Amino acid sequence: MTLRNLGLSAAVLLISAWVALPLVLIAIAAFTPRELLYQWPRPFWPESFTLETMRFFLRSTGVWQSTLNSVMVAVLTIALAFAIAAPAGYAIARFRFRGRDSVQLAILMVKMFPATVLSIPLAVAFIRWRLYDTLLGVAIVHTALSIPFVIVIVTSVFLGISYELEEAAMTLGSSRAQAFARIALPMALPGLAASAIFTFVLSWNEVFAATILTLNNRTLPALIIDSVLGAGAPLHFRFAGGFFMIVPALIIIFLIRRYLLTLWGVTVR
Amino acid sequence: MAEIHLTRLRKTYGKIEAIKDLSLDIRDGEFLVLLGPSGCGKTTTLRAIAGLEMLDRGRILIGGRDVTLLPPGRRGIAMVFQSYAVFPHMRVYDNIVFGLRMRHVPEADQRRRAQEAADLLQIGHLFDRYPAQLSGGQRQRVAVARAIVMRPDVLLMDEPLSNLDALLRLHMRAELKRLHRELRATTVYVTHDQVEALSLGDRIAVMREGEIVQCASPGEIYDRPASRFVGGFIGSPPMNFLTGTVAHRNGAAHVDVGGASIPLPSGAAVAGEVTIGIRPEHIAVEFTPSAEAVPASVSVLEPIGSYQLLTAQVGADVIKVSVPPEFEADPGRRIWLRFDPRRVRLMDPQTGAAVAAS
Repeated sequence: MTLRNLGLSAAVLLISAWVALPLVLIAIAAFTPRELLYQWPRPFWPESFTLETMRFFLRSTGVWQSTLNSVMVAVLTIALAFAIAAPAGYAIARFRFRGRDSVQLAILMVKMFPATVLSIPLAVAFIRWRLYDTLLGVAIVHTALSIPFVIVIVTSVFLGISYELEEAAMTLGSSRAQAFARIALPMALPGLAASAIFTFVLSWNEVFAATILTLNNRTLPALIIDSVLGAGAPLHFRFAGGFFMIVPALIIIFLIRRYLLTLWGVTVR
Repeated sequence: MAEIHLTRLRKTYGKIEAIKDLSLDIRDGEFLVLLGPSGCGKTTTLRAIAGLEMLDRGRILIGGRDVTLLPPGRRGIAMVFQSYAVFPHMRVYDNIVFGLRMRHVPEADQRRRAQEAADLLQIGHLFDRYPAQLSGGQRQRVAVARAIVMRPDVLLMDEPLSNLDALLRLHMRAELKRLHRELRATTVYVTHDQVEALSLGDRIAVMREGEIVQCASPGEIYDRPASRFVGGFIGSPPMNFLTGTVAHRNGAAHVDVGGASIPLPSGAAVAGEVTIGIRPEHIAVEFTPSAEAVPASVSVLEPIGSYQLLTAQVGADVIKVSVPPEFEADPGRRIWLRFDPRRVRLMDPQTGAAVAAS
């Protein structure tokens, strides 16, 4: 093995450890018996495992309700984000229109302001519009956060599908809409599904807006943060909650990893 | 009847004029080739006929019907794209009958017409395959089948052979010619390959910078190019160009070039400086001096198979001559080039436009 390969392998190992180690530690802790968790010094690998911690977490008040809330917010977010971002992405991929570059730039502007700065005005506005402490309110904020991603991904998906295919369909007697529905859409479907799932993960993981904008209708991350910061939940509850949050995201990212790579690859081009 | 009339078409992209002011009449059943270098507007013209490009101005009539504002699907055209544009998520059969389905042709008729088209192109055995499982040549046949199954009045083809390898291109060129003879659909064919244009076209419209510079039969285009551009673009190697002077002596017109004086059989309508165009195969090489032959020296001799290509130096100019395979001459040897007087083309040295022999 050459020095270059060695360096590369070391870098890969380091970055992987950087990402994976906290996840592994959380997973181990989530299945460690309560008393072992408070032991000092604590061994890396516990002597025994238990499902008791997870069971305790899942039986806690509000966990199932907020999980359901999280799912509903995520689904609403996907619907809203796609209603707005998918046509925008298609337009950017297909048409040269006045202000196209400005639109592409403006898409990134949402990312310009830290959510912290927006939170107070947003909370005030939502109270006024009676959106405060509603799932729709959280979904709207999540939509705003995910729109840039969805537009970029949808754009790259449609850039990957030659417009000539749609034109060919049009010369064969279909209208613009038919050409889209019969040619571009079926070909884009896997990529669109991948970006929908990605949006789901974004919303599922988002904690800040969800905490600021809800009181009783907590999403899962908001509930966990709240019980940790507000109620001082015990250590094993935190680890169990963390593990419960990570698993869906991990599984989903694993399933669509190939798509995410190609999607970003196309965008860079 | 599906003759095409293009009247004063104009198309711009921002400041770029893709088509300047183009008028062209294409006869029913004709195979017309749009030929030109890249960026000359030939593809834009084809796409305008297809309805894929909105024009700034002008009218398009197909079979006497004004289609200028009709969508592509209602113009009675079918198109073969350069990239083939075969739908990758459909089987070959579904690709071929796609247009028939859009037109709600009964299922049984779809089957029969798809089979007919597939027989013509010998792709019947590929019906159940996906395009990803086909070779480039097969995909191209599917694209052609998908177009002809529509029984279009007008068949449009955008460089359909450019993505095939050389041998397959030669084969498909002959196939397309046969297909046209059998179907007799008015065909407009875009290419930048002059050999393709010469071999396929009933007529060739040579385009340059958004304008048609000459539209005539292949023989006419080859023998009597309307300008220096056409002569230089068509033929491999292209026409040779030299500077000469037309003079009238003893009641006969001569053109003086490189120390020789070539009599012009039909006379000349001009006098003074001209550009002389002569094709490589219309020059004979002699080893003895003569007043009517241009002195030159051999620089390179390249065997090409059926003939040899001789590169000769005439003053500061380089001349290409095709010579028989048995021809022999060492580099540096003095030779005399006798131009066939009937094949000499005279052109205006400024504009490059051909000057009619009187």
